[in-house]
Order: sequence, then structure tokens, then C-alpha cells
Amino acid sequence: MSATTQTQPFLALSWLHLKYQFLETVRVPISVIGNVLFPSLSMFFFVVPQTEVAGNPEWATTAVAGLGLFAVCSASLFTYGLGVAEDRQLPFYPFLRSLPAGPGPQMVARVLNGGIFSLFGLLPLILIGWLFTAATVTIGQLLAGIGTILAVSVPFVLLGMAIGYALSAKAALPVVQVILFPLAFAGGLFLPPQMFPGWLDAISQATPTRAGRDLLVQATTGAEAYTLALPVLAGWTLLFIALAVRSYRTDEGRRFR
Amino acid sequence: MSAVEVRGVTRRFGDVVALDDVSLEVGPGELVGMLGPNGAGKSTLLSLVSGQRKPDTGVVRLDGRDPRDARTRTVLGLTPQETGLPATLRVREVVDFVGGHYPDPVPTGELLEQFGLADLGKRQTGSLSGGQKRRLAVAMSLVGRPSVVLLDEPTTGLDVSGRTALWDAIREYHAGGGTVLLTSHYLEEVQALAERVVVIDHGKVLADDSLEEVLSRVGVRRVQLTDAAGARQEHLVPDSDAFVRDLVTSGTEFRDLEIRGASLEEAFGQLVNHEAPEGALR
Repeated sequence: MSATTQTQPFLALSWLHLKYQFLETVRVPISVIGNVLFPSLSMFFFVVPQTEVAGNPEWATTAVAGLGLFAVCSASLFTYGLGVAEDRQLPFYPFLRSLPAGPGPQMVARVLNGGIFSLFGLLPLILIGWLFTAATVTIGQLLAGIGTILAVSVPFVLLGMAIGYALSAKAALPVVQVILFPLAFAGGLFLPPQMFPGWLDAISQATPTRAGRDLLVQATTGAEAYTLALPVLAGWTLLFIALAVRSYRTDEGRRFR
Repeated sequence: MSAVEVRGVTRRFGDVVALDDVSLEVGPGELVGMLGPNGAGKSTLLSLVSGQRKPDTGVVRLDGRDPRDARTRTVLGLTPQETGLPATLRVREVVDFVGGHYPDPVPTGELLEQFGLADLGKRQTGSLSGGQKRRLAVAMSLVGRPSVVLLDEPTTGLDVSGRTALWDAIREYHAGGGTVLLTSHYLEEVQALAERVVVIDHGKVLADDSLEEVLSRVGVRRVQLTDAAGARQEHLVPDSDAFVRDLVTSGTEFRDLEIRGASLEEAFGQLVNHEAPEGALR
């Protein structure tokens, strides 16, 4: 009988996995650069040229928020949906799963790692908004916005993991695309939901993207989110936690001899 | 209590039966070699013992507990497949990462020193040679001072000196009271290390005995002759003297008789082929 019956503390293991994943991500610079470039380019193409939007402080701030959230959702779904599915096909993966740590620390680390790289992506976006549009926030609103966007990214990271642990990399890619774009559109990340007809607005309010967007807009501009935004987001988060845990549990790794 | 206990375990992948009602017990401090051709079920068995998979039926215990529970695995060390090291991480980072999962890891510097990797600590694992990767893989299995170690083909592809150095490290670990379950398709390796040998093929345990016993079972000779029709025949027989006597007595025509000791590989092949049930998968 061995003297130790407990794994290392949860926080220590999470920190360990976060360091490991951060190093792995940062050593492949293209993934970091892609994350940083995408939101900035969208900003230059879709917002800066439209003087009507770019010149209006509230609209410009809302546009930055919407694109920022889209970037974070996209990064979360792709990094996790596709990234996890790819990781599972690596021969190192079975070894990772046999180390004395449950799924928790690895998942926590993935969420935090996603958050860190989302922040890298947001920085240039915020700079462009500040330099080239009339978007304006106080320091308090900026910090609240960043906090909100990270919190809002959690359900998307979880959804990504649920997909990544359930599907092969080949299947995960189209599934992520099919989920991401309708969600982003219906959530008002591309077009402001004020332009939506009533029925679409009703559907929109039930999506996690819309709930997240409105909470983010509230944090950055002060425009009140609809009352159900927080419960809707919390509900989706709980559902995605359950899905992610279930996918992880049923995942027996790829078949090998 | 057994260090590793596998009782009546069956594991299928679709239609393929990877393990067919396998039972195996490894006591604390034993060094057991598992032999079998590719696809025999060795890796599947290791993946069950390390908690990566669950058996369809049967029971798997590690240190008396379910290896699917992460807490049980604090006593376990194992090697990743050589191709599976995270290529962009540095040697030191990988060892630190694995060691961080255990309550009392061997200090990374000390471990790298022991495995002759001290100068390579800052190298990315992707840039290591095959032999260096093997050494790192075995080092990773021992960093947590485990009481049970699973080594999957620890020295495949190594040259003689690299192999001997790793064998020494494994012996040293075992001498300190550690339990080792290692797979290999090199008889030589099992012969050099193991006290007990388990031969597995087609998902079944064909032999489970002391090294001497298994070696004597596979102590066969190879007899070649050309028959009356001019066809070259080859026989692997346990007693070549008796075979030749019978051959002569039977009056069969033959020429160019040749007898030599079968190589271990051939002998092992014979054991595996003759005892495997006809038509079984894998």
C-alpha cells in the first residue's frame, strides 16, 4: 500500500497544465499571430471605413465590443474544438491522460490559456478602436469590458471542448463553422440587433452570443443589457460544462493497438 | 496485495478482440516482461493498467485500486511513445511538467544527470535523436518515484550501448524495490531484464512462467532437408535427435540434412504460431 492516496492539489495541477499549454501555444508563433491579426483586420475592413459608425462614440464602441466578442468566440471554438480534437490524435495524449490528474486541471488550464491568448488578440483591437474611431471608454469601463469578455468566453471554450473531445479533427472543423457563424450573426456580433425584426430579436436573446454581447456592451457603454442576459448566459454555461465533462468521460482516445 | 492485477479482462475494439479473458497478477517488486508480436494486445493491456481505457468485462487493479481514478495513479510511472513527445517543449520543461504531478519527484537536474541528458536540458524534444528520446521517455516514467512502472518497448531502435545504459537504469530502479511491467518484442531484452515472462498473442496469455521455464519451452531446433521430390523442407522441432531417428527409421528418402539451434526469434515465433487458436483475430 502506498503512502499517498491524493493527487497534487487542484490549483497546483491547474497551474502546471497552464504553464505547459501556454508554452506549447506560444512556441508555435503563427497561432498567436493569427489570433492577434484577425480581429484587427476585421476592424480595419468593416468598421474604420464606415465613417457613420466610426465617428459615433457609442456605435464605434459597440462595434469594437461586437468584433472583440466574435474574435474571442471564434478563437475559443476553434482553439478548443479543433485544438482538442487534434491533441487527442497525438501520441502524447494517452500519456497525459495516464498522469495522476483528473480532467479538471487540464480543462481549467485550457480555459485560462484561451483567455490569455484572447487578451493578446484584443489589445490591438482596442488600440485601433482608440486611434482610428471615435470609440471611447473610461479606464473603469475598459477593465470591466475585458473582465466581461473573458467571463463570456468561458461557455464558448466549454462548447469548444465538448466538440473537441467528441469528434475527430476532420469532423470538428465543419461543426465549429456551422455553429460559430449563425451564433455570431444571430447574437448581433456583425449587425446590431436593433436592425433585427421582432422574431429574430426574440431568438437572438436566447443565444449565448447575444447575452454575452449585451453584457459586454453594458460594461463598455453603459447601455443596459436585457434582463435575461445573465441567466441565459449562465444556463448555457451550465449546459456546456455538462457536455464538456460528458465528452471527456466518454472519450476513450483514438483506437490503437 | 498485488501491484498489478488483471482478472478476466476482455476488451474489444469494434469487431476486433484485443484482449480475450486475460488474467495476470504482478506482485510488488517483480520485474515482468511481456512478449508478443505487434498487435498481440500488449499495448491495450498497458492502457488498461494505466487507466486510459476501461475493460469491457473484468477487473483491473493498480495497487489494489481502480487505475481510472487519478489518485490511484500517483504510484504509477509510464513511458510515452517515443513519437509522442511534445516537440516544441524543452527537455527540462517536459520533465518538470511530469514531475509536478507527483508528491516527491526526483529533482529534474538529478534525473537528467542519471540518464545522461544533463547537457540537453534546454533542447526542444523535437531536436533529440532517437536514443535521446528513448532515454527521456524512461526518465519521465521514473521522475515521480513510482512504485509501479510500465515500460512500453523501452529500447526499440537503440544501439547496443544505449540499450545497455537503459537496462542498467531499469535494473537499478527494480533493485530499489520497484515493480516493473515491460513489453518488448526483443526476446533479448526480456531475457536480460525479466525474472518472469508473459507471452501474449491474439489477446490471450500463451505462457506465464519463470524466464528459464519459458526459454526451455522455446528451446527448439531447426531441421532442414530436401525430400525425394527435391523440395526443401524445414521443421522446427523440440528434439532434433528423435526427429532424425524417426526420419531414418521411417525409410523416407532425403538428402542435405542440416540441423541447427533455432534463433530465439524463430523459437518464439513457433510458440506464438503453434499455440494461437486458428482463425483468431490479431
